[in-house]
Amino acid sequence: MIMTSTLSVSDDVRTDDAVASERALPVTFESVTKSFGERIVLNGVDFSVRAGEVLAIVGPSGCGKSTLLRAVAGLETPTSGTVRIDSSPVTGLSETSAFAFQEPRLLPWQTIRRNVALGLPKGTGKAAGAAHVDELLEHVELSAYADHRPREVSGGMAQRASLARALARRPGVLLLDEPFGALDALTRLKMQDLLLDIHAKHPATILLVTHDVDEALQLADRILVLSPTGGHEGAGVANVIDVPGTRPRDRSSAELGALRSTLLENLGVDSHRH
Amino acid sequence: MSAAEETQGRRSPQVNGGTAQATVGSYGSSAAGSGASPEAAPAPGGKPPRAGARLLNTTGGRVLLGLVVPVVVLAAWHFSTAAGVFTSVQLPTPASVWNAAAELIQRGELWNHIGISTQRVLLGFAIGGLLGLAVGSLVGLSRVADALFSPTIGAFRAVPSLAWVPLLILWMQIGEDSKVTLISIGAFFPVFTTVYLALRHVDQNLVEAARAFGLRGVRLLTTVQLPAVVPSIFSGLRLALAQAWLFLVAAELIASSMGLGFLLTDSQYNGRTDRLILAIVLLAVFGKISDALVGVVERWAIARWA
Ligand SMILES: Nc1ncnc2c1ncn2[C@@H]1O[C@H](COP(=O)(O)OP(=O)(O)OP(=O)(O)O)[C@@H](O)[C@H]1O
Ligand SMILES: [Mg+2]
Repeated sequence: MIMTSTLSVSDDVRTDDAVASERALPVTFESVTKSFGERIVLNGVDFSVRAGEVLAIVGPSGCGKSTLLRAVAGLETPTSGTVRIDSSPVTGLSETSAFAFQEPRLLPWQTIRRNVALGLPKGTGKAAGAAHVDELLEHVELSAYADHRPREVSGGMAQRASLARALARRPGVLLLDEPFGALDALTRLKMQDLLLDIHAKHPATILLVTHDVDEALQLADRILVLSPTGGHEGAGVANVIDVPGTRPRDRSSAELGALRSTLLENLGVDSHRH
Repeated sequence: MSAAEETQGRRSPQVNGGTAQATVGSYGSSAAGSGASPEAAPAPGGKPPRAGARLLNTTGGRVLLGLVVPVVVLAAWHFSTAAGVFTSVQLPTPASVWNAAAELIQRGELWNHIGISTQRVLLGFAIGGLLGLAVGSLVGLSRVADALFSPTIGAFRAVPSLAWVPLLILWMQIGEDSKVTLISIGAFFPVFTTVYLALRHVDQNLVEAARAFGLRGVRLLTTVQLPAVVPSIFSGLRLALAQAWLFLVAAELIASSMGLGFLLTDSQYNGRTDRLILAIVLLAVFGKISDALVGVVERWAIARWA
């Protein structure tokens, strides 16, 4: 909402992208299990993410949310089971997805601008790429810091740069690992609006890991609760919640309030105390 | 880093390097890298005294402070020799060392000595440094190359430098080739070791992020790995340069008819302590100058890359 006036994602830039996927792609988890040595982290995750949907993933710390996203990106190979993007199994690093890591992971020796440009899809023309990067920097409110090095900006700024880098790719699947975790409340709201705006203009399937139940309720079409199930070791799909209503949603609605309590209960928090 | 320093430390005593360091001081500090230069010595740890602090904050002031110790040493040298504490064979006066220099310049010999020594050092440093960079990158980046070459390179590194001399002379005779080769060997290992170790310790999170955004091969190398190791490359190069001077003297002490190392042995046989000291002073000066030049390139490269 706040951002709509400044958003002018120009279409002429889009047409130059050679590799950018212009279509949101479905993601399917088929009995995905992942162990590190003896330790089972993910235990038989079965789930289908619809093309173009925003899926929030919540769950206790250390339950394997990042691991699940990494499996989609091809950064982690499941011990058994398959992850599919648009029906083709993920084997190596997937070209069709982009990752905003839990930590910013910016190259310390390059400017913010060049770090963001790293996300541009292969084959982007020079001028088109530069224009796209400038536009993104404006959206994440970093234009004034474009020529700074990562160590010269704050943690929240670095996180926004990392988000911009992932957005620059215009991927079919956008993987966001707690992208707003380091932001103050106001910037966080702005960035959430930015994400929804970009999502409206450029179709992408978004998998968003978050610790913030309200953020999940605001942004997501569905919320996946990842948590140990049925006495197994390792996490599975403990619950899936359809979030009703079109965005932006009324934070004070009774329906969302009830979902909020359910979610907190799922996460093992006594909702009456909050 | 540590392994390279170890190499450096282990080799120093073999080649009278200790004498040079004790007498002048600046050669040794240049070998250790940028931090340990003599001008750092007067800097107090906590609250600096008023005048000293002002001096420390300007380049001119630091140069001035850096000159204090050499001037004091020179004065002590002058007065002790003038007072006859030492015989002229033990320690000649500064003036006679100066005169020895003037005499050698007049006969046109000094520039020949300096020229040939500098040429050997630069050639050996360039060859050894480039090879160290190339092999260090290969072994640091490729696990196959690491498994294949590391044990052998480690074994070769363990061979004391002077052990190569008879073999090099046998193969290449007493010419320029054998000397430059020996110096290259000396320059190779510090660069190899620092580059190799630094590449092993590049932040894997950054490498992973770059790979996730489609970088691989040469672009991954130039975008992530090389910039990450630029500071290490330069500490390796500075150590290598110090090693190159060390090995130069080793090579020239053993078999040569020109160069600063030859000047050392020749003066020893002829009892010319003045020339001997002159050679040591020249080694210190040129060692320091070449190290400072690398330092300039280092600052530029770090501002550009890191
Ligand atoms: N490379 C690895 N080697 C061994 N164990 C790992 C590795 N990566 C993750 N783990 C383990 O897997 C588990 C899940 O990690 P993951 O990072 O996916 O958790 P998370 O749900 O993202 O947690 P958080 O909310 O704190 O970010 C943790 O117990 C972690 O120790
Ligand atoms: Mg995580």
